Amino acid sequence: MRDFLKTSAIIARREFAAYFSTPLAAVFITIFVAATGAFAFFIGGFFERGQANLESFFIYHPWLYLFLVPAVAMRLWAEERKTGTIELLMTLPISPAEAIVGKFAAAWAFVGVALMLTFPMWITVNVLGSPDNGVILASYLGSFLVAGAFLAVGAFISALTKNQVIAFILSATACFLLVTSGMDIVQNTFRVWTPRIVSDAISSMSVLSHYDEITRGVVSLGSIVFFVSLIAFALFANAIAVTQKKSA
Amino acid sequence: MAALIETVGLQKTFGRIRAVDGISLSVEKGEVLGFLGPNGAGKSTTMKMITGFLEPDAGTARICGFDVLTNPKAAKSRLGYVPEGAPAYADMTPASFLSFIAEIRGYDGNDGRTRVTAAVAKAGLGGVLDQRIETLSKGFKRRVGIAQAILHDPQVLIMDEPTDGLDPNQKHHIRELIREMAAHKAIIVSTHILEEVEAVCTRAVVIDKGRIVADGTAEDLLRRAPNHGAVAVRVARDKAEALMKAMSALSSVIRVETADGADGTVHLRALPKGTAAPLEQVAELVRREQISVTEIYVERGKLDDVFRDITTSVQA
Repeated sequence: MRDFLKTSAIIARREFAAYFSTPLAAVFITIFVAATGAFAFFIGGFFERGQANLESFFIYHPWLYLFLVPAVAMRLWAEERKTGTIELLMTLPISPAEAIVGKFAAAWAFVGVALMLTFPMWITVNVLGSPDNGVILASYLGSFLVAGAFLAVGAFISALTKNQVIAFILSATACFLLVTSGMDIVQNTFRVWTPRIVSDAISSMSVLSHYDEITRGVVSLGSIVFFVSLIAFALFANAIAVTQKKSA
Repeated sequence: MAALIETVGLQKTFGRIRAVDGISLSVEKGEVLGFLGPNGAGKSTTMKMITGFLEPDAGTARICGFDVLTNPKAAKSRLGYVPEGAPAYADMTPASFLSFIAEIRGYDGNDGRTRVTAAVAKAGLGGVLDQRIETLSKGFKRRVGIAQAILHDPQVLIMDEPTDGLDPNQKHHIRELIREMAAHKAIIVSTHILEEVEAVCTRAVVIDKGRIVADGTAEDLLRRAPNHGAVAVRVARDKAEALMKAMSALSSVIRVETADGADGTVHLRALPKGTAAPLEQVAELVRREQISVTEIYVERGKLDDVFRDITTSVQA
């Protein structure tokens, strides 16, 4: 176990540094911070609401993640396949699981850094009023979990192709389905021809409904289990994809 | 002692194409095995299976006695591998890349630094340590790949076309490096440059369509050349006729070929009856008849001819 964590940490460190050795980090962080702020102020009506909370800030996170997170995840495996470094990586004395966890952790930490850099929002709201900081903390956690779930799905899809553009489009689509599965537009298409249990099952897969719950300050075990198992499942699929598709 | 590299009936099929069809090999310490074959013969696929990157459909490979399928970590930690084109993380510098490899291979702190320094010195990377790998020349990129593979001083080294696309000086440097390490390791080098086999390999294995079609020293392969062991003599045109007749009559000569040279001389080639070159008899004949020849030598044959011969015979 210690070896596992140590090896994963070495891989994660290299991977994390790789984000910052290209303009990707600067571009991503700038856009993320600017976009979350802009949405909160101009679309969410942060000031007009006259409430000391960050609801108008957090509500748009899953939608922003829809296209920002696949951009972070797309390179994880597709690039290794494209440049041939996967052959190097997989012939080092490490297990595929160590590589997968390390890479995922690096990407998640990277998005975490971007998320932390939105702290001026938190300062602002605390200067202007006295918000419930517990709810804000829970919301940050929820946002981070959504990013993690999207990243894990994106990493899996990235392992299926050596083309980063394809990885991006497919992951964005998959994440879109995860966000909208609880909404009427998706639910209605299923309700008409499937038994109730199917549409309920699809609805329970909705990232959005769990996220809404957490951002209201309700961090239930169910929601945590939902996100953790979604991530675990995607990483497991990632492992299968990496070991099976090496040859192609 | 068991061989350091051992493969047993390796087999791999892609779609309907059988890329590797039952390759069994063993390579001992001190051997440098040249892995030859036309493009698409299955060289890279075989190496990918030996290094544990690809899973074979049947058969297995063992590195220092450790099975790459059932005990991959033990096998991989005793193995250095330079994949085709020596891929490396382009956005890293050789220094950061090599310390990453050292860490992964379990060398921490000082130990790691010593390893990196040694590998850098061996591969001759001193001047470019802090340049991004993507900005390096092909030769230096290749050296980074080799430094990465020898960092842990593995007992087994596998290199897929390490000199491909390099200039003659760079090729020379890499061959020197292989020769230096040869005594303590079992090395497999794939190549389609045949001179390389004579330059660095103690043994050559030729594969074609996924099967081994020849296995022996470079000398063994040369022996299969049509003109191996022939004695070539160059004489003035007016003497050629007589000498050719006399040579044909020698007991050790099966046949004499002639070719006109450009400078008014004729090139006679006496092909041997057995395997031994009929040099003595030809020399004796020339001396006795007092024919003045401008050149006399034993032909060794060309590996290219042998290679073409054994890898195209199936289609022909």
